[in-house]
Order: sequence, then C-alpha cells, then structure tokens
Amino acid sequence: MQEHNSGRSFALTTSQTPGSSKPDPILIADNIVRHFGGLTAVNVEHLEIQRGSITALIGPNGAGKTTFFNLLTGYDSPNSGTWSFNGKALNGVPPHKVARLGMVRTFQLTKALYRLTVLENMLLGAKEQKGESVLFSVFPWIWRAQEEAIRVKAVSILKNFKLIEKQDDFAAALSGGQRKLLEMARALMVEPEMVMLDEPMAGVNPALKQSLLEHIKELRNEGKTVLFVEHDMDMVHEISDWVIVMAQGQIIAEGTPATVMGNAQVIEAYLGAHHDADLSSEGA
Amino acid sequence: MDFLFIIQQTLSSTLGVNAIIFALAAIGLNMHFGYTGLLNFGQAGFLAIGAYSVAVPVITFGLSLWVAFLIGIFNSILFALLLGVPTLRLRADYLAIVTIAFAEIVRQVARSATFNDSLGGSDGITGKFGKEFFDLNPFKGGLTTPILRFNGNDLWVVLTGWVLVAIITFVMWIMVNSPWGRVMRAIREDEDAVRSLGKNVYLYKMQSLIIGGVIGSMAGFVYALSRQSVQPDNYGTALTFFAYTVLILGGAARVFAPIVGAMIFWFLIVFIEQILREGVSSNIIPDWLIGVNQVGQIRFMLMGLGLMLLMIFRPQGIFGDKKELALDARA
Repeated sequence: MQEHNSGRSFALTTSQTPGSSKPDPILIADNIVRHFGGLTAVNVEHLEIQRGSITALIGPNGAGKTTFFNLLTGYDSPNSGTWSFNGKALNGVPPHKVARLGMVRTFQLTKALYRLTVLENMLLGAKEQKGESVLFSVFPWIWRAQEEAIRVKAVSILKNFKLIEKQDDFAAALSGGQRKLLEMARALMVEPEMVMLDEPMAGVNPALKQSLLEHIKELRNEGKTVLFVEHDMDMVHEISDWVIVMAQGQIIAEGTPATVMGNAQVIEAYLGAHHDADLSSEGA
Repeated sequence: MDFLFIIQQTLSSTLGVNAIIFALAAIGLNMHFGYTGLLNFGQAGFLAIGAYSVAVPVITFGLSLWVAFLIGIFNSILFALLLGVPTLRLRADYLAIVTIAFAEIVRQVARSATFNDSLGGSDGITGKFGKEFFDLNPFKGGLTTPILRFNGNDLWVVLTGWVLVAIITFVMWIMVNSPWGRVMRAIREDEDAVRSLGKNVYLYKMQSLIIGGVIGSMAGFVYALSRQSVQPDNYGTALTFFAYTVLILGGAARVFAPIVGAMIFWFLIVFIEQILREGVSSNIIPDWLIGVNQVGQIRFMLMGLGLMLLMIFRPQGIFGDKKELALDARA
C-alpha cells in the first residue's frame, strides 16, 4: 500500500506553485506552445503529474484544457515544446503509440462505437491481439483462445461497471451516461498506467455520477494515475488529490483542491476581477 | 409473347457473367465502404487495372495468361498503395473525390493516344488473350436448356467465376468476423476512438483498400476474359455507381449482399428489357407509347424508379437491419 499512498500524500510536501516539481512524476511537459492563427491556445512552461494521483485540470471555457489533452496524447502537434511519459519522449509519437505506451484517453464528446455491441466495444480495447493481424484473421484457431481470455476479462469489467445486461446491445442504445461508463471501461481494457478523462461527468445523471466517482477512485487504488478535465467543482473537490488551473492557455495555479479554490487568481479567472463589486459603484 | 424465352434470357443473366463481374466489384466495395467506411468512388479504376493487366501482358508482350493474372494482382496492390498513401489521411468525403479522379485518370491514360501501341488507345484491346483459360474448358459445347442458356466460353467463365466468388465470400466472412474485422468496423464508426485504443488506423485502412482493390481487379479479369477484349470506356464512373447500387441493394456490411444484389440487379435489368421488347414486338404495348428503339433507355428509367422505391421502403437493402441503419443518425 506504500506505493498507493504516495499518490495522495505527496500533496502535503509539494510546493503549491504553478509548475512545481513532484516527487515521482509520470508525465513531464516543458514549454508546450500551440498557436491557432493569432491565438495562443496553449502555453505551458512546465508541468509535472504525480504518479498514482488523481489530478484535476480545471479552468474556464476556452482555457485550452482539451487542446492540451490533444497535444499530450498525440491527436494534435504543438508548435514547440517537449513532453515525456514514464521517461519516454512523446514528441511526434502518433496517438495509437501513445496509447500502447500506457497513456489512454477518453473524449469530451463520447466516442462509443455505435454499431458495435457493448461487448465488441470492450473486446476492441485489448492490446496485442493476434486475431487483429490481417494474416492471422483467416485462421480462427490461432486467436480463438486469446479471444476467449479477453472476453472473460471484458465481462468482469462490464459487471463492475454494471453494463453487463447491455453487453449484446449496440452501443448506440446506451444512455449518455452509460456511454461515458462504457468509454471508461473500454479504456481499462488497454491496461493503461495513466488514464486521461476529458469531462467524464458531462451530461451524467447524479446517480451514475456517484458510481463514476467510485470507479475513478478505484483506478487510483490500483496504482493508476488519473488526469481529468472537469467543470463539476463538487466532483473535483471530492476526488482529486491535486488541482491544476488553466486560463488563457497558461497554468495559473496548482495545489490541493482547498487551496486552489480559495486562490484569488483562480476566482478571478472564472468569474472576472470585479465579480463581487457592487454594480452601481462600478458604473459610477 | 414468348414467356419461356423471357425466362431463359432473364435467368441466364441473373446467373451470368455480368452478375459475377458486379458481384466481385461490389464485394471489394463492401470491404471498403461496408466494413471500413472508406468512400471509394473509384472502384472502376481497379477493374480497369485488372482488365488491362490480363490483356496487355499476353497480347503486347506475349506472356502467359497465368503470369498476367499475377501481374494484375501486383498492379492492383501497387495502385492501392499509390492511392492510399496520400489519401487515407483524408476525411471520408475528400477520399470520395480523390478516388473518382483516380479512376478517371486510369481510364484516360489507358485510352490516350500516347500508349496506342501497348494499350490500344480508345479502341482498347481485342484478341485471343484468354486462350489458355478457355483451352481448359471441358464444356466447349455450352449449355442449352429451356430456362438457361450459355455458349461454351460463357459457361466456363460462369462456372469458374462463381467458384471464385464463393471462395472470396467465404474468406471475407471469416475475416470480417475476426478481431481484425472488428477493428475495421470500429474504424467505420470512429477513427479517433480506435486510435485511442492503440490501433494503427492508417495501416488497417490501407489493408482494406488493398484487399477491396484486389477483389475489384479480379472483377476486371472476368470482364476482360469473358469478352476477350478490353474497352477503356467500359470502366467509367457509371460502373462504380452500378457496383454501389448492387451493394446497397443487397445491404452494405453483409457478406452475401454483393452476390444477391448483383443477381437482383441483372434480373431486373434483363427482365424489364425482355418484357418491354416482347411487348412492343407483339404490339401489346402500342407503338405510340414505346418504340423499339426506346426500350434500352426505358428499362433504365424503370430500374431507377425501382431503386428509388427500394431506398424509400427498404433503405437497409435485402439483408440489412433497419434498426442498425438508423443508428447511423448518431441518435
């Protein structure tokens, strides 16, 4: 349990300043800059993510959180910058290789594969499948045993996520919240070391929300690292060990949830500098 | 009206050479479009490559037909790579435009005066390049029954052709139901999601393009052999769209769809034509309504009407599942 605790206890000893160094970082990013025309969407000088922690990435709309996600996972390329995962540089590494290295993401707009069944969605996630090779696909006896092992694993995860009754339904038949669950369950089939969740709670009803929270905590208990983008502050408060705040492409604050949410700069970024000023006196 | 003659003509076409050509072309498209979601509008280009690849090596270079078949498969792989490397990173609709252009480039190059000596220009190539194939025919007398009639060469093409279709369909059936096929169908749904699970989407799309292209070029083999000639203008965009019609008639992403689609397609075309022709010549259809020379056009009009009705009342095709099709609306 020592290893698992470090994911949480690091917060006590780590400096709560933007770009602070962590005792055991799994992800390190330096000088990541992404321009869209004249707009600088992301400009991150230095960032470290602690291994085994749940880290929240928050910020107002348009702060560059999703763009930063896309850059880290290879879906977009920065204009400059370097970043590494588990000590391996990820510059120019395509998304599928990032996933194979153990960093698996989900999407803000859920990408369930609609005309595949729930079970097929899950089976797809497993790594190093012999039957996925074009040559071996023609000889079922080569891959049948592996397929069965993958199916057993998929069923056990589906049970855990309470999607087992839906296993033979098309993914399109699931509700929005269930699709979020499926996407997360599917990501686990890849056996990632780090899970990146882009707004896992968006559009999820409160009952399902609680179960999603439990699943995320469970990931940490298994020693996995979680980085998630979220707008739901209650959730951020409840489960994250560390919070990073982005605004206008930059990291303006980081620290424990309690410290960050009391930070004047963060409140200003979210609500504007004069949010508590009297309207009449502002006009005068 | 001679009903037996109508039936004989219709059935012979339903099981005939053209049905085989369109079935093969549509099986290739099913791999591209049905299973991988690649909108390939250039299938005629692969047929042309197949057709020229059996004719040119034999007629122009004096090689064996069997070598020519291998050259045809090699060429279709080469062209699939050539087409895929720059275009498979494009979104679906751009791919459609590029593939149309690809097929037209193949056709225009083939009919150009520059290559008159080797490819025969706009006249194409006619000659006995299929001799080695037809020499093997044990049924030189052909087949004549009241309901089915093939001459010797056609019978041989039909028999070997349907065997080829059966083998390819069987292999396709295994492949699309394997984990490999699952990745393909997933790519059709959402490429980015598949990438996030560690699959090399580009590689899979390339495999799909090559496999479908090779099957398309086999349709070209049958086209060229059955006619003992290759005409560049037979490989225009209309051929691609008829192949799509066949596929959608049967139901995309269903293994048997191309076969049944091709049979129904040729059944309808020939049946409508024969009925009209017999009707006009025996004056059941009055001369002021349809003249003899108009039959050819009118059968396509009626065919088009039939397809429209099918799309309205059974958009999923013969084998498709309407519920599954509705999911595409991203509800």
